[in-house]
Amino acid sequence: MTNATGAATRVGLFATCLVDLYRPSVGFATAQLLEAAGCDVDVPAAQVCCGQPAYNAGDRANAAAIARQTINAFDGFDYIVAPSGSCAGMLRHHYPDLLADDAAYAARARAVADKTWELIAFLVDVRGWADIDARWHGTVTYHDACSGLRELGVKDQPRQLLEQVDGLELRELDAPDVCCGFGGTFCVKYPDISGAMVDNKTDDIVQTGAGTVLAGDLGCLMNIAGRLSRRGETVEARHVAEVLAGMTDGPAIGGARSS
Amino acid sequence: MTTQQTSLEFSRNADRALADADLQSALEKLQRDSRLARPVITGRLPEFEALRDRAVAIKNHTLAHLDHYLEQFETNVTEAGGHVHWCNDDAGARDTILQICRDTGARAVGKGKSMVSEEIHLNDFLIENGLEVVETDLGEYILQLREETPSHVVMPAIHLKKEQIATTFRDHHTELDPARPLDAPSDMTEEARIKLREKFLAADVGITGANMLIAETGSIVVVTNEGNGDLTQTLPRVHIVIAAIEKVVPRVDDALSVLRILARSATGQEITCYTTFATGPKRPNDLDGPEEFHLILLDNGRTKLLEGEFRDVLRCIRCGACQSACPVYGAVGGHAYGGVYGGPIGAVLTPALDGIEDAWPLPEASSFCGSCEAVCPMRIPLPGLMRRWRDVAHSEKLNKAGTRRGLTLWAWAAQRPKLYRTGARIVLSVLRGLGGRRGSLRRAPLAGGWTASRDLPAPEGGTFVDQWQKSRRAQARK
Repeated sequence: MTNATGAATRVGLFATCLVDLYRPSVGFATAQLLEAAGCDVDVPAAQVCCGQPAYNAGDRANAAAIARQTINAFDGFDYIVAPSGSCAGMLRHHYPDLLADDAAYAARARAVADKTWELIAFLVDVRGWADIDARWHGTVTYHDACSGLRELGVKDQPRQLLEQVDGLELRELDAPDVCCGFGGTFCVKYPDISGAMVDNKTDDIVQTGAGTVLAGDLGCLMNIAGRLSRRGETVEARHVAEVLAGMTDGPAIGGARSS
Repeated sequence: MTTQQTSLEFSRNADRALADADLQSALEKLQRDSRLARPVITGRLPEFEALRDRAVAIKNHTLAHLDHYLEQFETNVTEAGGHVHWCNDDAGARDTILQICRDTGARAVGKGKSMVSEEIHLNDFLIENGLEVVETDLGEYILQLREETPSHVVMPAIHLKKEQIATTFRDHHTELDPARPLDAPSDMTEEARIKLREKFLAADVGITGANMLIAETGSIVVVTNEGNGDLTQTLPRVHIVIAAIEKVVPRVDDALSVLRILARSATGQEITCYTTFATGPKRPNDLDGPEEFHLILLDNGRTKLLEGEFRDVLRCIRCGACQSACPVYGAVGGHAYGGVYGGPIGAVLTPALDGIEDAWPLPEASSFCGSCEAVCPMRIPLPGLMRRWRDVAHSEKLNKAGTRRGLTLWAWAAQRPKLYRTGARIVLSVLRGLGGRRGSLRRAPLAGGWTASRDLPAPEGGTFVDQWQKSRRAQARK
């Protein structure tokens, strides 16, 4: 549980803009899981966003500027971990492409890419950690967020960890790997298509009979939670880190506040 | 749908498609069937991934030496007694085909399914010039009766339900008994079979596409499930093949490798019912075959693609797997894309064929879920290529000014973390207030796109970074 110099492994927690702004509790759950896995966690204040909105809109100049800012904030850590496959995928696969022609940053981008991980894959694949101390009495279903699944191969890891949560029963979706229709700015550029996609996902979720839907990406979860709420469904949505860290006292995503 | 929809109106086309109940049920079935079929078909072939790699390597090699293999192909076609016609663009190909038809005194043309003939709008042109043209692929025949275009590259009429097809047959085959049963698909295929048999026998010229061209033998490969390709190429006196230049592969062995992944990716079959290798016209001792064999080698923008960053798309073997797997295609169908090709492959090809200024909404219409790239047998990085088109559209300022302004403002703030944080605190507290006890918003300022079909979850309050720093400072004081 130490790095090459003998000190504890230093992890820079890249919260992602959505967790930072919308659901700080996922950030705290992430930090708790990383600390439980023996890491020394820090949260650089200069972090903002991974730059995907600009990158996927064809604005490479702004995307590169944001990428350089992220690299400056994070490249001193042993690892960079994000509770999101989408944002971790951006650092891991797209920063090197974006900065390939930038003499000062190309090598740094590749180094950052090599040490960036999605949270759950990091816990399982890098830390070999499975020391879950969480209870959840109820049924859940799990949505495989696209970038984590197809860019980073996050598929079995969350299921391995969820299996160990005391009392939790996982009911698989009919099509867990089909996109929920979030897609970053896609959902506001093409709201009707996105709406049809999230409606299919919602149907699938409701059919499992599970009380809660989990996923590893807050964008998808906000999309799904928003549609569940609009349809008046009682299924709740939470980030998988909340359940694994046992931090489920607060309201679910978009859920009513108790006080 | 006699009027062709345009790519620039993708959003409006999509809304219409979403409201079309028949289309939605047809698309749901396509999505479900292809999702269930894929693991079965790839699971039965453990070397499927290795075959994909091999096919990619074959195509990359061919594209790197395309001039060589095309010339070798031409030499071998000519030696076999055929004629190769090099055509730069759609107009050149149309004129060449018309001239061949006129030279042979043709009146009736039978056509096999060919996407590249859609690309050059061949049928309308030949009909305008006095020829009778009949599509012989069942799906394409139905579409020709309905005056529609294919909505999927291998299942052209997948947007239709069988009841709609029965109605089309009753409307057009008026000489048949109006009370005949057309409930089962077999009733309809039998009827089409009878109608098409007359056409096969009457055709003076047969026009087909080609799934591959084999350089070392000068052969063409045509795969179908109905055998119509074979009747189209062997019965008429003249056979004209139209194929784009990227269809060439070096050797017979390479063609076999590609065939092993083609049908599996396209329809979930191990192999199509008919796979035909044909070389040149009928030889003296052959029992059948055309007397004349012409091959139209069409560029239509391929050479330009070969030079640039979209080169990978030339590996495409037109299997349609990306379309069947795409959730956006699955929501709106192929016609909404406006161009000849719908779905992910269309989002990459249509801007190349029609110009990005006439097709920029297509590469935007993706959630970048990556399903297309995951299933593409040729491993074409479709999302990456769509993103490249977005780069072009952005730099040419083709997308909406409002979207660009919003993005610029956001990007400006995102590069000033302190300012960004101050702004975020204000916005978050407003949103949290609007969310109230309910915890979510039914409407929110500037979020009409989001709230059209879903609530906006209210933020928990405060930012994670602020709270983290506060808690760490508190710990440090202890």
